[in-house]
Amino acid sequence: MDFQRQLPGAQNSAQDQWLHKLHLDPMLLALVAMVLGFGLVVLFSAAGDESRLFDAQFQRVLASMVVLIIAAQLPPGIYLRWAPFIYVLGLVLLLLVLLIGVRVKGSQRWLEIPGVLRFQPSELMKIAVPMALAWYLQQRVLPPSARHVVFSLMIISLPALAIAAQPDLGTAILVAGAGLAVLMLAGLSWRYIGYASLLVAAAAPLLWQFALQGYQRQRIITLFDPESDPLGAGWNIIQSTTAIGSGGIFGKGLLQGTQSRLDFLPEARTDFIIAVVGEELGLVGVLFLLILYLGIIARGLVLAVSAQSTFARLFAGALTLTFFIYLFVNIAMVSGLLPVVGVPLPLVSYGGTSIITLMASFGIIMSMRTHKAW
Amino acid sequence: MDLAVALAIKDPNRERALIARRAISFFLLIVLCVGVLVARFVQLQVYEHEDYQYRSDKNRIQVQPLAPPRGLIFDRNGVLLADNRPSSALGIVVERVDDLQAAIEQLNGFITLSAQQIDQFYERVNRSRRPGEPVVLADNLSAADIAALAVNRHRMPGVKVITRLQRYYPQADIAVHAVGSVRRVTESDLRRLDPSEYRATQFVGKRGVEAYYESDLHGRPGYQQVETDAHGRVTRIIDINPPLVGQNLNLHLDAQLQHAAVAALDRQRGAVVALDPKTGGVLALVSKPSYDPNQFVAGMSDSEFRALSESVYLPLFNRATNGQYAPGSTFKPVVGLAGIASGAMQWDTTIEDRGSFRLAGGEREYRDWSWTVDDSGGQGIVDLRKAIYRSSNVYFYDVASRLDINYLARFAGEFGFGQNLALDISDASHGLVPDPEWKLGAKGEKWYQGDSVNMGIGQGDLLVTPLQIATYVAMIANRGRIVRPRLVLSRGERSVPVLQRSMPETTSNLTEEDWQKMVAAMEDVVHLGGQGFRRNGTAWAYIGQRIGYRMAGKSGTAQVVEIRQGEEYDEEELSEFSRKHAWFMAFAPVDDPQIALAVLVENGGGGSSVAAPVARKIIDSYLGRSVTMR
Repeated sequence: MDFQRQLPGAQNSAQDQWLHKLHLDPMLLALVAMVLGFGLVVLFSAAGDESRLFDAQFQRVLASMVVLIIAAQLPPGIYLRWAPFIYVLGLVLLLLVLLIGVRVKGSQRWLEIPGVLRFQPSELMKIAVPMALAWYLQQRVLPPSARHVVFSLMIISLPALAIAAQPDLGTAILVAGAGLAVLMLAGLSWRYIGYASLLVAAAAPLLWQFALQGYQRQRIITLFDPESDPLGAGWNIIQSTTAIGSGGIFGKGLLQGTQSRLDFLPEARTDFIIAVVGEELGLVGVLFLLILYLGIIARGLVLAVSAQSTFARLFAGALTLTFFIYLFVNIAMVSGLLPVVGVPLPLVSYGGTSIITLMASFGIIMSMRTHKAW
Repeated sequence: MDLAVALAIKDPNRERALIARRAISFFLLIVLCVGVLVARFVQLQVYEHEDYQYRSDKNRIQVQPLAPPRGLIFDRNGVLLADNRPSSALGIVVERVDDLQAAIEQLNGFITLSAQQIDQFYERVNRSRRPGEPVVLADNLSAADIAALAVNRHRMPGVKVITRLQRYYPQADIAVHAVGSVRRVTESDLRRLDPSEYRATQFVGKRGVEAYYESDLHGRPGYQQVETDAHGRVTRIIDINPPLVGQNLNLHLDAQLQHAAVAALDRQRGAVVALDPKTGGVLALVSKPSYDPNQFVAGMSDSEFRALSESVYLPLFNRATNGQYAPGSTFKPVVGLAGIASGAMQWDTTIEDRGSFRLAGGEREYRDWSWTVDDSGGQGIVDLRKAIYRSSNVYFYDVASRLDINYLARFAGEFGFGQNLALDISDASHGLVPDPEWKLGAKGEKWYQGDSVNMGIGQGDLLVTPLQIATYVAMIANRGRIVRPRLVLSRGERSVPVLQRSMPETTSNLTEEDWQKMVAAMEDVVHLGGQGFRRNGTAWAYIGQRIGYRMAGKSGTAQVVEIRQGEEYDEEELSEFSRKHAWFMAFAPVDDPQIALAVLVENGGGGSSVAAPVARKIIDSYLGRSVTMR
């Protein structure tokens, strides 16, 4: 029974029992809820006069809770069985996107059934790729052999390349990262990891020359010298570092951020919302958020490691690591450590898709751990 | 082989341990990465906090200069000559607009912009200026324009309607040559002016009082700290340091007299300068044709400006201070007094005027204005008094021929000729008092006796301005005391002291009686009448009758083209610009002079017939009013 897995001495409160029946992990749930609450507070400030943005986000948060609960109810066996099919379905949809997708702001990312539905298949792949890989490696001996590694890399690169071709480099990185996380959790030799890193470093000039689009190159140039184009590409980084830096240790106070409220900070409600945290709540606010994030990651990894099967461990662990990649890329980008890529701050940035996906993955992580052996 | 088989066996416990180890490794890596992020935020928020705080403030806080309201200009009675009025202008904060051309095209849909306005706008954009400051595109917006812009404002970031005070001249073209006008600050002005003082100033005094007293009128700029958003919109004012209003000026000018002078000149080209002989204060200063200075403030089209600047009638030209003309017979009192002062002749010295004069041994015949072909002209037996009121040329030919030319030239200088005595009209012309040294330098010729003879009747190379004639007649009114002309009566609360020129050496040879006699002779010019043909004062017939006060005056008729020997000419045949200039100078009342003035009518003809009536009307207006006021 589930009760047996509880730590000795823990209070069996009525609430905990109720959460367990729903296959929810109270600690992870509490941490996630805290980040969501924190995010809503910051968004309330960043939204300024447009309070409808806050309302919309609040509704999304509630909807995503439902998604989390549903995802947690599905037992790991279901995910395992469906993994290859969902992966193939995702690939087909990605192909369709490239063929008949809807173009928004220069990128072809959306599929649309007019009047009914409009969604990004790449978002699905953030879950489908680690799931398929966990499914694949579940049947192999770990650590994987060279042949299996090569096959795994194919499973990863097909969707990643399709997404990069949209082009959507940010999501491609996250999808590839999710896949690689599975591979590395599965015991991919540190030597391989080292070689791969060296290879990427060596190939960087070639990538620069042939793989990157002009605007992507510009973003990297901007990273190292934002003043080279202060009103153009450098504007975002100059304004976000200014917002963060001017916040100081304790911040300017909620609703007092001049950078965001006077529109100097672009994308203050979406990708650059951490700059609002830095400006209004200061280093203290940023540290508080980072600690919550670390808590989520720690709890996610604990749940993953203590799951019942290799598939469950790999899947849950990879989703947790992907969550970290998300937040690291975003925060590093906004604080000027990485080039600007379109990655929202997990659970905090305004916008529905990312929150739904993330909450689904937290539901899955809980499912992987809370369901009985199978 | 064994190894491969061993590896191929799936061991759940080993796998679980492997994944757990990896998870711990990754968690450590993650903590490390978060450590990097924390380090970055500590760098930004602790070590570089002050830099970024400064940047953030610089982003949002702008220091905007506030233009000082320009000092007002009043006449001596408090009539407003230069006022400030609110006016709305359309400005663009260039830094906030991505595509200027598109923005201007869009604006052109809401209000009408001329190609010239757009050209001038780009000129201003390319000029050195503070970033973030709106650049003016159109001035004097109508209420309809302002409404159209307000409705569409949200579509046009960086577009602003700026309301500020702008110069307005209620007297329009009446007083412009005295008051002057402001013009838009140009690039060359900015090199000359203190940039910190003129940061917010749009207009600078360019002529007249506006230019001379620029530093008093301008005031000092204030500053306000405002918070602006990324679109340049002011969200609040943080701090205000108000500007210091420019000083008001009161002029000696009498607006009513100015109007009377303009009306008296009517449609004629010319100039009037009227002084208060006691102070040298300029009571009226008129140059016609004139122009409306408001045009320069509001802005005018190229064609309007060309019409003004290229007109053959030179409306922009200030004839009163810069028009240089031969003085003609108005110069005769100088020559006569020089004769007395030098001892070359006395008041009772007489000559016989037969209508023409010939130098001893000379061929050339110098004629009197009354000369006729049949030699029946001339004024008969003439002493200095009669020579003045009859304006005998022959008498002054004779006096001039007997004077040392250097003495005469120096003597003329003591009446203010050949120099600018005005205290606050820095660009007034000096005119020219020729002497042998000058002639040798300028023409490479030696001085002939004939040059002296010509100078005796105010012809030849002698040049004077109406302002100089007015100064000189005021000196006669003061019986030899010269006052320097000035426009400004008082600045703010402070009044300007009367400045007197020390009495020069040579004129001090003249006694009080000499001055009285000259005044009496000039009184006769106006009042001596009913004596019969060729016996009346030259101006009596035109102005000397039905006059309620005593006036002293002297007419002058200055030749513009040289008349050849033995020729008579017909006024009607001469072209508009070849006709003689008419002069009249006068002061009144004789015993207690209140006003001294010079009237010039360009190409007007005879001084007594044309200029004297103008002078009479002006003096009538002034004294008639002051009599009733007393």
